[in-house]
Amino acid sequence: MSSSFHFSDPKRGRALADAIQILAPPDPLKIVHVCGTHEMAITRNGLRRFLPKQVALLEGPGCPVCVTPARDIDTAIAMAEAGATLCTYGDMISVPGSQLSLDNARAQGCDIRTVLSAADATAIARETDNEVVFFAVGFETTAPMTAVLALDSPPPNLSILVSHKLIPPALVALLDLPDNRIGAYLAPGHVSTIIGIDPYETWLENHSVPVVVGGFEPLDILYAIALILRQHRDGIAKVENGYPRAVDPEGSPTALGLLEEVFETADVRWRGIGTIPSSGLQLRPPFKHLDALARFDLTLPDEQDVIPGCRCPDILTARAVPSDCPLFAKRCTPLSPIGPCMVGAEGACSIWFRYGGERPL
Amino acid sequence: MTSDKKGARITQLHGAGGELMGELLDRLILPKLGRATAERIGLRALDDGATIACPFTAEGELVLTTDSHVVKPTFFPGGDIGLLAAAGTINDLAVMGARPIALTLAAIIEEGFLFVDLERIIDSFASAIESVGVSVICGDTKVMPAGDVDGILLNTTGVGIARHAVSDAGLCPGDRVVLTGTIGDHGMALLAAREEFNLSTRLQSDVAPVWPMLAPLLESPSGDAVHAMKDPTRGGLAAALNEMARKSGTCIEIDESSIPIREPVLGLSELLGISPFEVANEGKAILIIAPETVDDALRTLRAHPLGTDAAIVGTVTEAYPKRVILDTEVGGRRFLDMPLGDPVPRIC
Repeated sequence: MSSSFHFSDPKRGRALADAIQILAPPDPLKIVHVCGTHEMAITRNGLRRFLPKQVALLEGPGCPVCVTPARDIDTAIAMAEAGATLCTYGDMISVPGSQLSLDNARAQGCDIRTVLSAADATAIARETDNEVVFFAVGFETTAPMTAVLALDSPPPNLSILVSHKLIPPALVALLDLPDNRIGAYLAPGHVSTIIGIDPYETWLENHSVPVVVGGFEPLDILYAIALILRQHRDGIAKVENGYPRAVDPEGSPTALGLLEEVFETADVRWRGIGTIPSSGLQLRPPFKHLDALARFDLTLPDEQDVIPGCRCPDILTARAVPSDCPLFAKRCTPLSPIGPCMVGAEGACSIWFRYGGERPL
Repeated sequence: MTSDKKGARITQLHGAGGELMGELLDRLILPKLGRATAERIGLRALDDGATIACPFTAEGELVLTTDSHVVKPTFFPGGDIGLLAAAGTINDLAVMGARPIALTLAAIIEEGFLFVDLERIIDSFASAIESVGVSVICGDTKVMPAGDVDGILLNTTGVGIARHAVSDAGLCPGDRVVLTGTIGDHGMALLAAREEFNLSTRLQSDVAPVWPMLAPLLESPSGDAVHAMKDPTRGGLAAALNEMARKSGTCIEIDESSIPIREPVLGLSELLGISPFEVANEGKAILIIAPETVDDALRTLRAHPLGTDAAIVGTVTEAYPKRVILDTEVGGRRFLDMPLGDPVPRIC
């Protein structure tokens, strides 16, 4: 392949591989990242090969549509069944709720649209008299666009079903799980372009765990891993910026200002994990009139968050990898997915299926 | 498999050259076709063609292949359905090691199709077969009511003669894997040319008959060192390599940095999140060659204009039987698995 993509440069790759070997810890170390884009780069580039045997690198709750609870999907479907035009990001469309996914609902005649940005939902609402609901999912990277929608004089027939989630509280929640010995975090660079690195310091100040913010090219990831191993060797546990070419320690004041103005934090449920304090967003009182939940009187089915036999909950909490699941690549494939991790393009199972996630020696 | 469900229907992926198409053939079609072998290589080999004992020469084998072409758009950067039909069939013969002798041409045309377009298509077909010295010796024309078929579909059957037909299963540990040029050009050019993608790129399909490039090698004494061949069409390099590894029970280890690939193909694949390893090529071949002969073979291939980018891209080993391993450019290592199907529909 062309060498013009310098972030795959094999010479630098070898140098980082050497550094990683030199820094190899004597004991088992579990590093967790929380980002589908990281998993994609790690798997596609076969980066687990660079890790010493005793180091494991797992994707935790890194796929936003995978951690969206079935109840939120059920709610979106019920709104569409009540006649609303429902708009959301493409990744969300096939994820199963308790009984149906949004594309099942669409096949039954519901008006469900895929949008590339929150602004598209506004455009759709301006062209119709029908009630339009924007099902707002995603982490800190997509939430600012939802805030812009709320601030940008939305048409009266547009409302928002807010299901945004925040990364730092989830990292703490995972550490607090009893049987989960997480040794370090590789944090997602794009989230830190919004929030900076300070929130990790605030959230993790009582936990002694290295956090390195990493970019998404193969060399970025190897560099971040080397930084993690160096902290581990030196007995240090701090938040370190391994992606300075994109991440300002303060983040984006503009985006943070938008989030602060429109949203406040709330205790929300994560699929397969449970309720995590202050880990989600809800509209502040001046924006409550945009809350879709207040506009509909809904009857919802019994919730089924976890699918029998599916190990997504363990995968989303970094207690298993896709090949540990008996359904993986057998009954569960991208064409007939059983759990959310095989549906979302950022889900670990979907990525392992497409790009060969096991570790050949 | 999805077809186990009652009322299950054929999807585009069942024709996309990957895992699902294999299942469709294995579970629904092949079991019903009891009489499936005329000579050494028959239907069940699922090779690019089949053999019949040649009545003309004691030492040769007659090779037969057939292919239907449904490409969208009909005219695409670098070619059209006429060139594709000729090249596709000639290439299936060529990678069986057979010198193409004759083709058939059947056309199913939608009512309202422009004469001038049909003329262009037949001109392309004619110039392709002329360049290889193969004849078209029979054909068929049907016209369907508007809306019953999308534009034009072509079917071609080809017949060729091989000294000894080369299957896609003859891999031996130690053999080298040779790719005759850049990958991903056809699939990515078609994708870029589709109306729904408003992309202006310099991408051109690689569609071309490969026989003139392969003939000097296959008809030389080094030809016997070519242990297996395949053209990486639907499902791309990933599907072709996996088929070869599975059929031969060997492991194929590929070095990513040695795979020739054009910059715009790489760029578009990054942009769309579609792997260049999984999309079709229409003017390339994968050759499995004995190590002591590979350098000579490479020189012969590179002497032809279609083979200037030919490269050794990997080795056949015993590390993981029936699997393909990719050593990535940055120095990582992973399995390169059989795709479910080509991510780009209607490419050939």
